Amino acid sequence: MSEMLTTLEQTALSEYKYGWVTNIEADEAPPGLSEDIVRFISAKKNEPEWMLEWRLKAYRQWLKMTEPEWANVQYPKVDYQGIKYYSAPKQKKTLNSLDEVDPELRDTFERLGISLDEQKRLSNVAVDAVIDSVSIATTFKTQLAELGIIFCSMSEAIREHPDLIKKWLGSVVPATDNYFSALNSAVFSDGSFCYIPKGVKSPMELSTYFRINAENTGQFERTLIVAEEGSYVSYLEGCTAPMRDENQLHAAVVEIVALDNAEVKYSTVQNWYPGDKEGKGGIYNFVTKRGICAGVNSKISWTQVETGSAVTWKYPSVILKGDNSVGEFYSVAVTNNKQQADTGTKMMHIGKNTRSRIVSKGISAGYSHNSYRGLVQVGKNAVNARNFSQCDSLLLGDKCGAHTFPYIEVKNSTAQVEHEATTSKIGEDQIFYCNQRGLDTETAVALIINGFAKEVMNQLPMEFAVEAQKLLAISLEGSVG
Amino acid sequence: MLSIKNLQARIEEKEILKGINLDIKPGEVHAIMGPNGSGKSTLASVLAGRTAYEVTGGTVSFLGKDLLELAPEDRSREGLFLAFQYPIEIPGVSTTNFIKTAVNEARKYHGEEPLDAVQFLKKMKEKMKLVNIDQSLLSRSLNEGFSGGEKKRNEIFQMAMLEPKMSILDETDSGLDIDALRIVAEGVNKLRDGKRSFLVITHYQRLLDYIVPDHVHVLYKGRIVKSGGKELALELEEKGYDFIKEELGESVEA
Repeated sequence: MSEMLTTLEQTALSEYKYGWVTNIEADEAPPGLSEDIVRFISAKKNEPEWMLEWRLKAYRQWLKMTEPEWANVQYPKVDYQGIKYYSAPKQKKTLNSLDEVDPELRDTFERLGISLDEQKRLSNVAVDAVIDSVSIATTFKTQLAELGIIFCSMSEAIREHPDLIKKWLGSVVPATDNYFSALNSAVFSDGSFCYIPKGVKSPMELSTYFRINAENTGQFERTLIVAEEGSYVSYLEGCTAPMRDENQLHAAVVEIVALDNAEVKYSTVQNWYPGDKEGKGGIYNFVTKRGICAGVNSKISWTQVETGSAVTWKYPSVILKGDNSVGEFYSVAVTNNKQQADTGTKMMHIGKNTRSRIVSKGISAGYSHNSYRGLVQVGKNAVNARNFSQCDSLLLGDKCGAHTFPYIEVKNSTAQVEHEATTSKIGEDQIFYCNQRGLDTETAVALIINGFAKEVMNQLPMEFAVEAQKLLAISLEGSVG
Repeated sequence: MLSIKNLQARIEEKEILKGINLDIKPGEVHAIMGPNGSGKSTLASVLAGRTAYEVTGGTVSFLGKDLLELAPEDRSREGLFLAFQYPIEIPGVSTTNFIKTAVNEARKYHGEEPLDAVQFLKKMKEKMKLVNIDQSLLSRSLNEGFSGGEKKRNEIFQMAMLEPKMSILDETDSGLDIDALRIVAEGVNKLRDGKRSFLVITHYQRLLDYIVPDHVHVLYKGRIVKSGGKELALELEEKGYDFIKEELGESVEA
């Protein structure tokens, strides 16, 4: 065992494949945050007055708030005046078609494996490509529009669909919800909007790919998904960033609304730059994601594979308001080297016969810390609410930590809440058994990890699952020798 | 096939193997017997390349290669198989998927194309009959919740799938009832083809009623102290290990 531990200590950062930078001139705001910067962003986006007011209100709230400290993570204070809040690649003119995207940017996304060329894309995925503060292009808009599906950048939605935005933006995550959501509401620069009309099942997966490129810039994207009565959509989100020595802040807000009999499946593969072996650099990923099952029999399902970021603070949640509604949270969080993750979910049972399921798989290696934090809340009217939670932790080596913070609040005696938790280690025995069958150690670890995370990986759309499996293996490369 | 010369090994500071000499030719079945703590399982682990054991002297040549220089996975790919005394569980990894990965890793090593799903299933069906193993077992997570007999049968099934040149069976009979023992032994016998070699490690003679060895060796205190034909196993069964101690001039404890 001692030899194995030595090799575990040699934890090396695997090659982060997405660490390069695109050299393109950017249109930027000066560093720092003030009302003027909020006005600057709003003006850059040609926003209507009501939107500016909405932002300013959030900004003024944010000033009165303090950064939360309850998470099981440690990082130096963020200098909010040292960050640039807006950076957009300079593009020559307004785009009339996808063919007019700057070749440099097109190439950037090609390298990330995201083709903006509709012919080359798998025909079942539409993409909104966001770089730094702006959306570059959205594919398959026309085809989706024929069904009445709106899939566009948030900036465009504010201009083109003000009624929908006014009605739903901030309805699930109010600006005042928390420190980071207030910040996001003040300075969010872009993101995706999707609207699925009544009775429509989206024939393709909708996806947004976020890329941070510019130095010293925060990314604050905003995503809003509204699924009208009886509709269905599966939404994917992916993200990467260059390797830089300084930490970069990413504070996103995602809101989902599911009305009567609607279903939204939201999958994320989060692969922001995690920092180097010593913990230098990397993204601070402080994200608020929440959905509301507003209608009866509605369903919202979150699936996340979290492998990147230096510090993650993220709790995709579901408010189960409609009777018989269902909330699900499937998560695999991997931390290596000096990464820290405090992630989990909140399931708030309000309606009758509401059900929730939580499956969380944490994998820690190196000197990392991985915490599950979850809240299951059953309100006094939530008759027959059911929850099942399973939190499993897997440790590689003896320098890392796994922590579980489950909170349960039940105010209705008919509720059934179950919680199961396990912690295990990848054993030398397992590795040796695999070696004896001709698998090298890297292959063995990948196999064991994927087996551990299988229940969650099975939830991912096919195309994503293969990528995610590889990503798990890459994130832990070199962590077992 | 396998030639062991003066092999010495220890775990932490404890010397366990104190100079093993053993020659196994193609097609031969050798049995190693010995009391508990004599070093039987250590020998199996050292040959398979478990890193917890340190080889402090001697050489092992396998098909002309220096076995001790090879990584554990390469020993496997070269055709060395160890059937574990305590097979390991890997949750969430189906037995089929595991074996498919193993088979294709070996093929890759030898510059062969991986088997596709159809070819693999065909081969699997063929070998399933050999050890009388059920399809449903193979769809389950590797060894998870398997009974003792199922685990051992799964080891022999993997052996059949990997078609090793040299198989080491480490106390495969332990914890098996007579029916399970017979099934396992039949599986091994069906793989005997005059070319493959086997090293059967056991504490009891009863397995050797079913897998009849060409040679029997007695391992005691880290050395092979007596070798003979299959009748040596019967003699041990009859007289117990004490007679070895007596032959060595040691006083027999009550």
